[in-house]
Amino acid sequence: MAALTGLETVSGTDSRPRVWRGIVFLPAAAYFLIPLGASFWYTIHTPARGVSLSAYGELLTAEGFVRSLLLSLGLGAATIALVLLLSLPAMLAVRLFAPRLRPVMEVLCTLPLVVPPITFVAGLSTSLRVGTDVLAPTPFWATIIAVQDPGFPVVLVLAYVVLVLPFVYRSLDAGLRTMDVRTLVEAARNLGASWPYVLFRVVVPNLRSALASASFLTLALVLGEYTVASLLGYEPFAVWIVTVSGSRGQLSVAVSILSLLLIWLLLLAVSTVFSREKRK
Amino acid sequence: MSRSRSRGWLGALPLLAFFAFVFGVPAIAVVAGAFTAQGRPSLANLSQSLQGGYLTAMLGSVKLSAVVALLGAVLGTFLAQAVVTSRSALLREAVLTASGVLANFGGVPLAFFWIATLGNSGLISGLIGLPSGSLYTFWGLVMVYLYFSIPLMVLVMAPALDGLRPQWREAAADNGATTWHYWRFVALPVLAPAMLGGVVLLFGSSFSAYATANAMVGTVVPLITLKIAAALTGDVLTGYENIALALSLDMIVVAGLVMAIYLPLQRRTSRWLH
Repeated sequence: MAALTGLETVSGTDSRPRVWRGIVFLPAAAYFLIPLGASFWYTIHTPARGVSLSAYGELLTAEGFVRSLLLSLGLGAATIALVLLLSLPAMLAVRLFAPRLRPVMEVLCTLPLVVPPITFVAGLSTSLRVGTDVLAPTPFWATIIAVQDPGFPVVLVLAYVVLVLPFVYRSLDAGLRTMDVRTLVEAARNLGASWPYVLFRVVVPNLRSALASASFLTLALVLGEYTVASLLGYEPFAVWIVTVSGSRGQLSVAVSILSLLLIWLLLLAVSTVFSREKRK
Repeated sequence: MSRSRSRGWLGALPLLAFFAFVFGVPAIAVVAGAFTAQGRPSLANLSQSLQGGYLTAMLGSVKLSAVVALLGAVLGTFLAQAVVTSRSALLREAVLTASGVLANFGGVPLAFFWIATLGNSGLISGLIGLPSGSLYTFWGLVMVYLYFSIPLMVLVMAPALDGLRPQWREAAADNGATTWHYWRFVALPVLAPAMLGGVVLLFGSSFSAYATANAMVGTVVPLITLKIAAALTGDVLTGYENIALALSLDMIVVAGLVMAIYLPLQRRTSRWLH
């Protein structure tokens, strides 16, 4: 490999590629950094008050901030729990016992990427409305009302599980590839371990980094999700930002900057987990 | 083991049942609703969804997504090549990390970034004397969508460009090929599947974007996602909802056609680059 990189630098020493790279990098840096800088300046500077960080301070006391953020975090936690509980046993079962189901799983876990979320919401809201009418005379009516409770809309958790399934599937699939699942599971079973024991004490510890990255990606998606929540009429974090933007522009831009930082932190967590795994 | 082997697939049952219910029921609702008008089977919704303002919105969405996909693909590939051939490991790491973050930075916050920058009371629009409302146009949206599309393309292209072996370039040079020949006859054919895959990915993400457009342009630029949302939430009159479902079906067909191009290409990408 050292020889290859040596050759590369030799061919790269003429000054033309360097000029060419500058022509690419400078406008790119301007395009990506100016909105970042301008937004930050917008949040800390007002002609009337000069420079102050008050927009960030007001955040904590802003009406609805804590409530919507807690709702989003709760939805995120519930989505992570449900999507892992559903997908991990399914992927193990397909790997160990039913390889013929694999194409089915692949298609299922690609569909939510192909179908635009807004069309999913259109179908979902229609189903909920029709479902409420049809189920009115049956005991299930209470259930369908309960899942739509604005305090904790379970229906959003169900929708988010579908939306994050492709990312979770890919993450877990990559994790399962790195270990010999069959040998591990058969060894544990032969030694008398029960299925729950195999799942939680044998498979899960070996999949820690894949599970962590799946969870972080899910959290990032749920915290930023707007389309489904707003069209079904709920107000988690991303919807709250829009609501507050009408009256307090500075605050909404401040939240946007914080959400960019949050995405960065979550992705950093994913890559840290993976690089630690690699070093082991 | 044999007993559990025969029943082992049951582990997949909860996920399959969940998916069939939570994804299947809305899917049936879309198709059934799209073909129903006033409680009877009909093509009225679908034909209405392909006329007038709805058709304009659909064409607007397709045009916007196509422009963003092509521009994003070209610019993203150039940026990826500049990063891949850069000798500074720090620069490379920084650009790739930033691309990961920005490719995931969409939705409402993205709209607010640009509103604060080039909106009517934005910082830069004041400095350069941008006419009011310039951001809230077709090309304004293109500019905003490129903010996540270019990084997405960088993420797609960087591994592919890394896979181009220096030997290929040397072999081409030894046979008397110029730089242009090398790119035209060696590198681009190898990169083509990855690039087309990237174009499809970019098209799909712009096509289904709703939050950014809704926060930015409202209804100034006609887009199909905005029309669906308006039909879903605006009037609760019966019939409007079925128009939303017909529009949704149109959208799924377009997205499905585009994806049908992508999947076979994705398999071909892995043939040369490893």
